[in-house]
Amino acid sequence: MMVGKDLLIIGGGSAGMAAAVAAYDRGVKDILIVEKGPFLGGILNQCIHNGFGLQEFNEELTGPEFLTRFVHQVEDRKIAYKLNSYVSDISPDKVVTYCNMVDGYVEVKAKAIILATGCYERNAGAIGIPGDRPSGIITAGQAQLYLNEYGYMVGKRVFILGSGDIGLIMARRMSLEGAKVLGAAEIMPYSNGLNRNLVQCLQDFGIPLYLSHTVSKVVGKSHLEKVEISEVDEKLQIIPGTSTSFDVDTLLLSIGLVPYNDLLIKLGLPPSRTKGANVNEHMETDIDGIFSCGNVLHVHDLVDNVVAEAKLAGVSAALYLGGNLPRHNEVIACLPGDGIGYVVPEEIDRANADDTIQVKFRVKKPSHDVFIEYRFNNEIIKRIYKTAIVPSEMEVDNIPKKILKNNQGTITISLKQREVK
Amino acid sequence: MAYDLICIVCPNGCHLHVDDDFNVTGNRCPRGAVYAKQEVTNPTRVVTSTVRIDSKVLKVLPVKTKAPVSKKKIFDVMAVINKTSVKVPVHIGDVLVKDIAGTGADLVATRDILE
Amino acid sequence: MNQTARPSSKQFVFSECPGSACLRYTIGKMIDITIVGAGVVGSLIARNLSQYRVSVLVLEKENDVGDVTSMANSAIVHSGYDPVPGSKKALYNVEGNAMYPALCRELDVPFGQVGSLTVALTEAQVDVLNVLQKRARENGVDTSILSADEVKAMEPNISPEVKGALLCPSAGIVNPFTLTSHAMENAIDNGVSLHLGEKVVDIQRIGDHFTVKTDRKNYESRIVINCAGLYSEEIAKLIEPIDWKILPRKGEYYVLDHYAPGLVNHILFPLPSEKGKGVLVTMTTSGNYLVGPSSELTPDKEDFSTDSLTLEAVKEQAAMMVPKIPFREQIRVFSGVRATPSTHDFIIEPSKKYQEFINVAGIESPGLVSSPSIAMHVVDDLVAPILKLAKNPSFGPEVRKYINPQMMSLEERNELIKKDPRFGQIICNCEKVSLGEIMDILSRSLPCRTIKALKKRSRAGFGKCQGGFCQSSVLLLLAEYYHVSPLDVLYDKNGSQILCKESK
Repeated sequence: MMVGKDLLIIGGGSAGMAAAVAAYDRGVKDILIVEKGPFLGGILNQCIHNGFGLQEFNEELTGPEFLTRFVHQVEDRKIAYKLNSYVSDISPDKVVTYCNMVDGYVEVKAKAIILATGCYERNAGAIGIPGDRPSGIITAGQAQLYLNEYGYMVGKRVFILGSGDIGLIMARRMSLEGAKVLGAAEIMPYSNGLNRNLVQCLQDFGIPLYLSHTVSKVVGKSHLEKVEISEVDEKLQIIPGTSTSFDVDTLLLSIGLVPYNDLLIKLGLPPSRTKGANVNEHMETDIDGIFSCGNVLHVHDLVDNVVAEAKLAGVSAALYLGGNLPRHNEVIACLPGDGIGYVVPEEIDRANADDTIQVKFRVKKPSHDVFIEYRFNNEIIKRIYKTAIVPSEMEVDNIPKKILKNNQGTITISLKQREVK
Repeated sequence: MAYDLICIVCPNGCHLHVDDDFNVTGNRCPRGAVYAKQEVTNPTRVVTSTVRIDSKVLKVLPVKTKAPVSKKKIFDVMAVINKTSVKVPVHIGDVLVKDIAGTGADLVATRDILE
Repeated sequence: MNQTARPSSKQFVFSECPGSACLRYTIGKMIDITIVGAGVVGSLIARNLSQYRVSVLVLEKENDVGDVTSMANSAIVHSGYDPVPGSKKALYNVEGNAMYPALCRELDVPFGQVGSLTVALTEAQVDVLNVLQKRARENGVDTSILSADEVKAMEPNISPEVKGALLCPSAGIVNPFTLTSHAMENAIDNGVSLHLGEKVVDIQRIGDHFTVKTDRKNYESRIVINCAGLYSEEIAKLIEPIDWKILPRKGEYYVLDHYAPGLVNHILFPLPSEKGKGVLVTMTTSGNYLVGPSSELTPDKEDFSTDSLTLEAVKEQAAMMVPKIPFREQIRVFSGVRATPSTHDFIIEPSKKYQEFINVAGIESPGLVSSPSIAMHVVDDLVAPILKLAKNPSFGPEVRKYINPQMMSLEERNELIKKDPRFGQIICNCEKVSLGEIMDILSRSLPCRTIKALKKRSRAGFGKCQGGFCQSSVLLLLAEYYHVSPLDVLYDKNGSQILCKESK
């Protein structure tokens, strides 16, 4: 038995909720959010620290406070949602199958779909940490979930691999709970986390950060007993003879987030550089009426940016449902050039675009005294000077449509060192 | 006493130096000077944590200090948080402990837990 | 003493799982047969014995069955072209292979007879294929030699250097975890007793029977069957000096995530060497890909570590057969240690001193495929002559069918959920494992006390997030089901608790 829906949103975290509200406010009333967890709000449920909402609400909120604002927006509009419901299948003709204990397996034929399923943490298996296989090696997010939702500490003596924000946040959190955090190792020669977290989570607690280091061995028969870290060279290979050992019972992994994009495979959509979908400036994938936003598209640092992107997706879905988002054959490709890791969107449908087109990108490594150079069909159309720019802080920029003289071609964004004369 | 610190106000992450007379150098903008002076005279932090709650839904309630507290008092604040337990229902913003550990800041709930 | 060592969990003792029929067959305190080790061999022997009215006790030192070699291997049901003709390996391999379809039906174990290709990458290697085919013929195994074009047609991703291959249609893949656990479940259902987490420390001959001492109790047993895997040498030596040794051999593997099927359509082998069958590339019964193993002798039986150099070598060797293996999709690496016998062949024989002490040792490759045949011969040829085996009239060879909603139509799933809504609650997102399936596993006669045990039986935690999302749910489910504190739930071995203390 198939149910019909105008807009089906897969994922009820910040992205899903913001997209739903934006679509609703643009006239779409027949919306269903399908959320796999027991609450709306996604990962913010376990992010009890503050730092959220500075852009969206002009206030500094904790994760639960931020998500509650959106839950209220969803409920005020009486937007329908299902909890504890898992989307197990999706087809290119927009049939979505989800299941829960009450409804069983339900097929929904949607007119438009927004993929907002967030991301998962890279784990020990993915990087093949050398050494034994004891318990006690756990991702920072898992440790955060155990502590912040169930009230359990996973260890007393902790080492952290990766200087990503989640690891830094957990360094502080566990220190405040009485654990001893002996250090953090980061394989790159620079940190991946926000400076704010380096100061407030590591420096405040006297936790050393070992740059250009990685875990070279873990030791423990049943539970973790020791980690050994070693220095790495410019090729990120371990330099023999440079190891230091720490007696710990916990190794927290904060080694990256990956879009949770199983559904892309079912849709036959190839993943982009960011492992999310390829989208145009309306957050529309290669399939008409299927949109993507949030961490499943590309991993964000600030939930405020997630929400802004999701609102765009929601508005686009509304336009699509109103027949106002026709797809054109001519598109402009957006490519990362020198020094740039990725660009979202990957293509621009200029004929449909608003007067300004927002692009987001990350640089490959920390840089000072540089220009961000935009070329359209090899001609420079824009240059921005930056005293400093880092990979861990996503850049958001606007291109006025009118400087793109054509509906076809390529925009390349590159990093160029300022020449000192 | 002189201090060296990293500014957290923007991604530049300027390396700041504060001398005995509280003159700040190394900042590329005035905000850095303001931050540096605050950090060396009276560094403050918002403390976020969890307290026990008798709920059927969640075992712990997330909380925060409503205003930043002196860095020196963080563990005093934690000592009070660790002894605090609350009963449902709790709403965002409910004051759970007034003037926690004499810091002048209240401890408030950051989540609704109604049962 | 490590200051962070987890306390050994006294409350959470892996206690006995007495088979319901055991009491019927126990005369006084004498046990008919004690099996040391509940790997795939010990479990299948136990199951075979449960067809008879005899009392059987299985003692396993780990906290789950199949927790060492039986769970860390290539999961291949070899065809049998490789073992030396006339060896026990050849005999049991071929016989065991033929037993697999029926066995897996009875035990509800995923099995696929996908066939294998032993790949020649040079002209000289093609000559070796002929040698292998001859050996296969001697072992009674049907094979055919394919040309390079034929191989390329079957395997689009094979190296362009391929010169030919030996096709063995009878080779297959199996789920080694559930093969062991369902075999033991069936054994327990039919009256076998199993003690997990109990280690044999001594065995003495007293008069006409044995006293088996563990780290908990003593037992009197007429017959002892040594299936102790890596430690079968130590167990055998308890009774008499022996002239064979077990040389632990480590193999490291990559596991790749599910994605578009068709990387390989058969099990791909390189030519075998004295180190073993080489680095293979295969699909698994759960839709993943397995690449490995390496093969190096290790002095330490407890060394299950992995190291990057070895894994790099595995990658290189595999890439010679399949150049574009997407190692980006790696979700896990692991190592298995197999018990290589110094005799180069299976050791399946009574001890020199006593017919009643039977050694089943050195079961390295082709151990998995040989296990049903080994179990049959141990019972029929070594136990039956020395113990009266009367049929157990209530023996049932089948386990109660396991429900896999992902294999059902939507209508069937909804029928199921109407009866038991828990099949509509997905616990493991990556592998789509429902609460209903987990509760079914927990309700079976074989205990499932650790996170790892539940992972092996249900696949929860085997996916790309490796339990990142679901481990906490699994941990709390186990705590609730067994009425223990979440602090006591183990990942696998004693001392492997995940949680340390309550935060407040």
